[in-house]
Amino acid sequence: MRSFITLLFLSLVQINFVLAQVEFRTFKNTEQERQYNVLIDELRCLVCQNQNLKDSNSDLAKDMRNKVFSMLSDGKNKDDIVEHMVARYGDFVLYKPPFKSITLLLWIGPLLFFVIAFVSVVRIVKSRNQDEVTTKLSEAEHQRAEALLNPSDKNKDKTA
Amino acid sequence: MLKLKFILPFIIFSLLVVLLFVGLSNDPRKVPSPLVGKPTPGFELPQLKDPSKSFNPDMLKGKVWLLNIWASWCSGCRVEHPILNELAKRKMLTMVGFNYKDTNDDATKWLAQFGNPYDVVATDQDGSVGFDYGVYGVPETFFIDKKGIIRYKHIGPVSYKDLTEKLIPLIKQLKAET
Repeated sequence: MRSFITLLFLSLVQINFVLAQVEFRTFKNTEQERQYNVLIDELRCLVCQNQNLKDSNSDLAKDMRNKVFSMLSDGKNKDDIVEHMVARYGDFVLYKPPFKSITLLLWIGPLLFFVIAFVSVVRIVKSRNQDEVTTKLSEAEHQRAEALLNPSDKNKDKTA
Repeated sequence: MLKLKFILPFIIFSLLVVLLFVGLSNDPRKVPSPLVGKPTPGFELPQLKDPSKSFNPDMLKGKVWLLNIWASWCSGCRVEHPILNELAKRKMLTMVGFNYKDTNDDATKWLAQFGNPYDVVATDQDGSVGFDYGVYGVPETFFIDKKGIIRYKHIGPVSYKDLTEKLIPLIKQLKAET
C-alpha cells in the first residue's frame, strides 16, 4: 500500500514536470521585464476568456505574449501595446475596461447600489425613530400601564 | 404610496431577471470586432495554388467579397464548409480563403477532399496577418464592401440559417451600394 502511494505521488510529480512549460525571454533591463509582466497580467486571452496572457497556455496567448515581447523589444511603451491589442481584439482584451459610455454602468454600478442602500437605510432608521416619538405615553397612560403590569404594588414610584 | 413600496422590489427583481436572462442567452465567445466599419488591414500573402503569386486585399477594390479564415486542423471549418460550397455555387461574391497557421500540403488535401469554394486562397502560415485581423478562433468570416471596408464579421461556423437569413441579405445590400 505504501509503495503504491509513493508510486502515485511520483506519477503526479512526473505529470507536473511534463506540464511545466517555461518561456525564456531575455530582457534588456529590469524595467522592461516589469512592463512585460504587467502587460501579460492585464491583457486577456480571447480563447480561454477567464485567463490573462500570463496564465493561459493557448496558442493565441503564446502569440500575444510574443507580440508583447517583440513590441517591447522594439522600444514601444505600454500604451502603444495596449492600443495595438485593442485595435485588433477590442476592449474585451483588457481586464480593466476603459471608462466610457457603454461601460458607465459597470463602473458606477457598485457606487449606485451603495448610494441606494445607504439612502434606504437612512430612511428606514428615520421612520423608526418617528414611530417611537409618536408612541410616547402621556403621564396618565404611563400610570395605567404601570398599574396593569405591576398590580401588586400600586403605590410604588408613580412618577417613574 | 404604500402599494408602490410593496410592488417596487418585485419590479426590480423582474428587471434583474430580464437582465440576467439576456446575459445568459448571449454567447461570450462572440467578441465584437473593433475592425467592423474600418478598412481591411493591408497585407501581402502567397497564394495556396501558386506560392510565387501573392494576394493583397487591394486587388478586390470595387468588389464585394468575403474573407473566410480557415485551417485544415479546424473542426468548425468542416462544419461550415458545405455551406460555403453552397454559397460559392450562387456566385454572388468573390470568396477569399485565408488559410491560417496551416501547411500548404494539408490545406490542398483538405480542399481536394471537401471541395474548394474559394476564388483564391491566401496562406498565413505563422498567423501574423491573422493577428492583425483579430483572429482568435477559426472559423471567422469577414464581409467587405466595394470600398474595402469591413462591414460584418461572422464568428464561428456559418450555418445554413445564418446564410439565408443574415448573410445573403447582407451581400445583396452590399452589392446594391455604389
